[in-house]
Formats: sequence, structure tokens, C-alpha cells
Amino acid sequence: MAEKGRNQGAENGYLLLAPTLLVMGLALAAPLALVAIYSLKTQSGIGLSDGWTLARYGEVLGRASYQVLFWRSLAVSGAVTLVTLVLAYPMAYFVAFRARRAKFLWLIALTIPFWTSYLLRVFSWKIILGFDGLINSGLMRLGLIDHPLTFLLYNPFAVVVTLAHAWAAFAILPIYVSLEKIDRALLEAATDLGDGPLRRFLRVTLPLSMPGVIGAAILIFVPTTGDYVTPTLVGGPAGSMIANMIEVQFGRIGNWPLGSALALVSMVAVAMVAGSFVLLARWAAAQVR
Amino acid sequence: MRKHALLLYAFAYLAFLYVPVLVLPIFSFNDSQFIAFPLTGFTTRWYAALGADSAMLHALVNSLKVGTATALLSTLLGLLAARAVTRYRLRGTGAALGFISLPLFIPDIVLGISLLLLLGVAGLPLSLGAVVLGHLLVCVPFALTVLIARFEGFDRDLEEASADLGENGWMTFWRVTFPLILPGILASLLLAFITSFDEFLVAYFLSGTEPTLPVYIWGQLRFPERLPVVLALGAIILTTSIALVALAEYVRNLGVKRPMVGA
Repeated sequence: MAEKGRNQGAENGYLLLAPTLLVMGLALAAPLALVAIYSLKTQSGIGLSDGWTLARYGEVLGRASYQVLFWRSLAVSGAVTLVTLVLAYPMAYFVAFRARRAKFLWLIALTIPFWTSYLLRVFSWKIILGFDGLINSGLMRLGLIDHPLTFLLYNPFAVVVTLAHAWAAFAILPIYVSLEKIDRALLEAATDLGDGPLRRFLRVTLPLSMPGVIGAAILIFVPTTGDYVTPTLVGGPAGSMIANMIEVQFGRIGNWPLGSALALVSMVAVAMVAGSFVLLARWAAAQVR
Repeated sequence: MRKHALLLYAFAYLAFLYVPVLVLPIFSFNDSQFIAFPLTGFTTRWYAALGADSAMLHALVNSLKVGTATALLSTLLGLLAARAVTRYRLRGTGAALGFISLPLFIPDIVLGISLLLLLGVAGLPLSLGAVVLGHLLVCVPFALTVLIARFEGFDRDLEEASADLGENGWMTFWRVTFPLILPGILASLLLAFITSFDEFLVAYFLSGTEPTLPVYIWGQLRFPERLPVVLALGAIILTTSIALVALAEYVRNLGVKRPMVGA
């Protein structure tokens, strides 16, 4: 009875799936196709001129100021990913192997900060790092410095710190899950066979947790390359990224074709970097094993 | 020794996570225009100013509307799709799920500008409806993940027993399936609502003359004299979110005997 229903119902299944695919097609596929079309056009007044051209891609790839933004976006996001993972790994390790009964409590405590407004979490770093900010006013109050430190805010460093904070949960949780999945018998086996703690970690725990680390890296790297809020609030001119330039093209300057080309090129660049990272990481993990 | 070092690190990391968040409530009660040490005294006047801010209240209502619509629609779409992929063995399921999850791998700015182009080409005005469409992109993948997990978690035999006892498909769904997946539905509603309520960039491009709360906050950040009021707003959002998340976690675990940890 049930088997019969399951096999007969394929049309029903597609019918159930159709509305979701339709909405995603309308809101995702069609708009992305428009981005591709616009990137091949030329802005003319408030409309587009006829004809197709690759000139926007020439501008995007050729102009030095855009190249600086592309490289900075990739470099900052790479740094953010690395810093976030390195900081989060020991934390996830602690929860998975040391927290014991308090595990659930730790996980709740670690996720609560992420339920504040993203905007205000980022803005809070501007308050902390600023010229009249908390670090400077605190240190001056304590008499440790005479003049405010100016290297804290409005540079790529501030962007990296802020994003490493904003995206921490996306590193902690996947790494924790992959550590939690490791068969504890494997760790005992490594110890019985004479591995010390460090060797055991490097040869068993770390390679087996790599799926979580790689997943977290992608989850963090891809969205942060296109982050707009953080570079705008704490980056300053020296820390501005590609999303700022895309926003300007769609806003103040009103050159939608150029903005579209910038968006597409950055998406492709990010996909290429992320893809090669995954392949490289898998290959490296296979070598260690 | 190593054990203690790790424990120490865990608490240091926790402090790193909490300090920027605690800045909001602490300085929202500080009796000074300037966000700097030392603290000068206790006041609730920033909260009073917030209550009297009609533009903020208007933006709040907009965000509640968008969040509610997004939560209902994304949960409905997630429900249909989750039912389809867990109940039937369909060809192309992997590709469909991949397509639906795609927005997770696309920067928000690209989602925002691409929908802006769609509205422009279709000749539609910027509106809260457009914001909902954008938020569906972000929320449907979450809803689908939560609901698939819930559908896979329950015993298929219960549905078959209901059918064998003579209930038709529709009654089986309402009397057996729906109550079993209800916790997943409620969790999906709450998570989608919170995600939509907090989303800034897509709303920034699409909301036009009707700002959502994050878009309104963004506008306020340029005015230093407004900062304490914004912090008070942030403190309220933080408290409310924690309450909602606690509720979602409680609801999600209803009727689940084994401990389910994490997201």
C-alpha cells in the first residue's frame, strides 16, 4: 500500500516541489540572468544604449583602482577566514572534548552574542576601536597612554577583527560538529600505539575534523568578500572593499552595467578561490592520512 | 596544566565574543551623550526618547510586517519542498536542493542588486513586498534544512498505520504528520522571522521610502547625538532575540527524547 503510493506519487512530488522552485527561479535565477545581461550593456542617461559590448569587463579588469579593491577583498576575507578558524578551533575543541556535562551550556553561551542586530554588533567595534572610543578612553583614564591610538580604526586590521567576531559562530559550530563525530576509539587506538598527545592530534584529530574546518572556511570566506557594512563602518578609505564600489555604481554614480560587471567578476573570483581551496584542502588531508 | 590552559582560553574567547555585545546595554543606561569611559551615571532617558521616536516605531512596524510575511511564506515553501524530497524518491532532488541552497553562497549585495534590476526591468516600484521576496532567498534554505531534519526524524510507520486504519491521505496529514512536525514548523517560523528582522543589505536596496528597522538604524548611525538612543534600541533587540531563540530551542525539542544539541 505505502510502497505503491510512494512509487505512483512522483508527479505529486514534483507538484509539491514546484512552488518553491518557481519562487527561487523568479527571485534568484531571473535576477542573476539580468545581472549578466546588464554587464554586457552601456549606460546611457537613465537607460541603456542598444547593442552588446564587453567594454564593462575591460574596465573592471583593466582599471588599477578596481584591481586594488578585488585583491583587498580577497586578502581581507582570506585573513578573516584564517583568523576566525584559528581562534575558533581551540574553542570548539574545548566544547567537544573537555566541557563534558556543561557542553549544552557552552554552546548556548557561544551563540547568544550572535542574536543581536548584525549592524549594531559591527558598529559596536567602531565604538570600541574609535579615536574617542572605549579602548582609547579607557587606556587614557588609566594613564597608560597620553594620546589616543590611531592605528585601531579605519584600516583593514579593524575590518578583520570585526568580521572575525561577527562570523565566529559559523566557525565554532561546524568544527564542533565534526570533532563531536570523531570515534573516540580511534583516539584511544592512537594512544595505545604510542602516539603522544600532539602527534595524536596532528595525525588523528585534526585530519578527521577537516570537513568541519573546510565547511566553515567556505561559509565565512564567501559572504565576507562581499560584505558592505563592515568595511563601510570600520574600514575607512584604506579598508574599503569591492561591495562598496558595487553599491556606489548602483547608488550615487548610477552605472548599473558597470556595477553588474563588478558583481559578476567578484562572484566568479570568489567561486574560483573557494573551489581551489576546497580541492587543495582535500588533497592535503589525503596526504596527511 | 594543558587542560587549564584550554579552559582559560575558552573564557578569554567568550569575553571576546561578549564585550562588543555588552557595550550596547551598558552604554544605553549611561547618562552621557558620549560613548566613552568613565561611565557618568545611570539614566533611562534614552529609552524614553526611543519610545517617543515615531519614525523608529514606523520602521519597527515595517520590519514586523516583512518578518511575519517572510516567516510564513518561507516556512510554507520549505514545508512543501521538504515533504517532496523526504516523501518521494524524485530524480533531480540533489540539483533542486542545490539550487534552493544557492543564495547561501552568494553575497547579499549581489542578491540585493540583482533584485533591484528585476524590479527595474519589470517596472515595479521599490516596496516592502520586494524586501520580502529578497528575504525569502535567504530564509527558504534555512527553513528547508530545519524541516527536512524534522521530516526525517519521525517514524514513517505512524503514517502507514493511519492509512491502514482507514484515514485518507489528507486526514493522515492533519492528524498524524502535522502534529509530529509542528515543532519543526514553529522553529522554522521563528528562525526565518529573526533572520528577516535582522537583514540589512537586501532591504537597503529594495525598501525604497519604507525603511525596515535595520535600514532606519543605518540612517541613524551618521548622527553622533542619536547614538545612545540607537544603543538602547540595540539592547532591546538583544533581549527580545534571546527570548525568541530560547523559545525556538524549547519548541524545537518538544517531544524529542534524545538531547539535540546545537543548530
